[in-house]
Amino acid sequence: MKRFGFFAGLLLLTLFCLGPLVWQLITAFKPTAELTTLPPLLPSRPTLNHFAAIFAGHPFLRIIANSFVVAVACTVLSLAVGSLAAFALARLPIKRKGLILALVLCGSMFPPIATVSPLYMIIRTLAVRDTLLALILTYTSFALPLTIWVLTHFFRSIPRELYAAARIDGCTAFQSFRMVMLPLAVPGLVATAILVFIYSWNEFLFALTFTATAASRTIPVGIALFPGLHEVPWGEIAAASVVVTLPLLGLVFIFQRRIIEGLTAGAVKG
Amino acid sequence: MAEIGLQDVHKSFKDVEVLRELNLTIKDKEFFTFVGPSGCGKSTILNLLAGLEAVTSGAVFFNGENVNALPPGDRDVAMVFQSYALYPHMRVYDNLAFPLKVKKEAPEEIRGKVHGVAAVLGLEPLLKRFPRELSGGQRQRVALGRALIRRPRVFLMDEPLSNLDARLRVEMRAELKELHQRFPATTVYVTHDQEEAMALSDRIAVLNRGRVEQCGPPEEIYGQPATLFVAEFVGSPPMNVIDGSLLPHLPVSPSVLGLQDEGNLVVGIRPADVDVLSQEETGTLSAQVLLIEPTGNNTWVDGLWRGMKLKGRAVPGDPLTPGRPGFFRILPDRWHFFHKTSGRRVG
Repeated sequence: MKRFGFFAGLLLLTLFCLGPLVWQLITAFKPTAELTTLPPLLPSRPTLNHFAAIFAGHPFLRIIANSFVVAVACTVLSLAVGSLAAFALARLPIKRKGLILALVLCGSMFPPIATVSPLYMIIRTLAVRDTLLALILTYTSFALPLTIWVLTHFFRSIPRELYAAARIDGCTAFQSFRMVMLPLAVPGLVATAILVFIYSWNEFLFALTFTATAASRTIPVGIALFPGLHEVPWGEIAAASVVVTLPLLGLVFIFQRRIIEGLTAGAVKG
Repeated sequence: MAEIGLQDVHKSFKDVEVLRELNLTIKDKEFFTFVGPSGCGKSTILNLLAGLEAVTSGAVFFNGENVNALPPGDRDVAMVFQSYALYPHMRVYDNLAFPLKVKKEAPEEIRGKVHGVAAVLGLEPLLKRFPRELSGGQRQRVALGRALIRRPRVFLMDEPLSNLDARLRVEMRAELKELHQRFPATTVYVTHDQEEAMALSDRIAVLNRGRVEQCGPPEEIYGQPATLFVAEFVGSPPMNVIDGSLLPHLPVSPSVLGLQDEGNLVVGIRPADVDVLSQEETGTLSAQVLLIEPTGNNTWVDGLWRGMKLKGRAVPGDPLTPGRPGFFRILPDRWHFFHKTSGRRVG
């Protein structure tokens, strides 16, 4: 009985979390006529028309490519800058580390809506409005606090002796970062990369503000601006959402093992 | 090869003074051990020698050259850590080769040296394994190999044996000593285990709260402890310490040694210098047997004498029973006298 209650609870929670996604999935395959009627819950004749529609007539592939470039560039940039900063904060003799970390965190505390107009001015002054660079720079600056915090804690969890051993074995601080600390931080890097990637992939507000044309439009904005003359094209929106969620799912599944894998096992006794 | 000099070395962390007035010379090819209870600053000394920490004041010399400003990589020292600190993402081969790769030695040369060291330490069959696939003893050997492979000027060892089980520890201890005899190099060793220090070292420095209490060869540290702290720290089981006020009841008179002021003395006697008999003899101390601990080659006996505990060694074949009287016979000339307030040895 107790077990039953446990599983019933699990089922309820799963339904609660997955509900919207499942609804989206069902909607994507429903013929337009059935979209706003219930029953049927499941489409009577599953159709791929919505999927065809999003690629025909819209620059949707271009928009996906834009999102991909922005997300990858932002992830790479965040990890490159963030891992160096985090390593320094975790291991190098720097004064006032706590203060630096607190300030870094402050940067991410402003609600995006509060920073959007000053950022817009900066973007315009830099003449990068409606380019992918505008989004890459903005996303990186918002992803860096998270990156630095997660990686600082990750580097700190790598036994101090390993860094000391590398230094004594002849490495400079940078060499010990590159040859010892970085390879050991791979699980942390992967986890952070996924978070940053998802953030850049899904971000809406800045993307809406800083882009004007399909040349730099990203997926969330692209989907929101699907042209509907007399009605909201729910079917297309659902189909597009399904299409763009797949890469994220793939990413997480591929790297899941890598994240969990305890690479540091055997470093020290235990 | 290197002679190490420590001149007036002080080290503080914030307000806490960890080391003070450290003045020492460690000779070339010497096996030198710092021993002391935890928190006495012994690991800090190694970090200072390695260059992982900077001295607060004073200077460290290698062969007469001040190395204060030299980063760890340029000091040509190797360190073996208590936790081994093997690189977990590298196979044994790459762990051993790492210091040479960093120095950009030629690959063929590296290969030769790795196999050479692996042969000495019996690591040949393990070269393709990862550290996590090794036992504690094997990891220890790899850590040792990674230090040996560079032929550094100085070996630093931070409690390298304390993570091993008792039997392996004794085996590795012998192996360390043998290695040092085969490839003599200046070795600075740190341990809290006085027995290990005695067994391995040419000279020992006993540290207490950041200060050297005594520095000398093991026999001298054991036979003529300079302070009460050293006397109690070195030797197992630890020395019996008897207050000077009980001197009139002891079969020894400090006045014979030309000492006065009996009330301000503390008397020490090692359990190994005390025989415990079941029959009274002249000059024995009569006590009540509390505890008998056979350890194989010795049987230690705790007795209660005038309200204090005395430890001695049972004479083989002389039966003692807890709760019954035992007679403690103290070997002449084995007394140690210390000044009560300063703890310094007298006489």
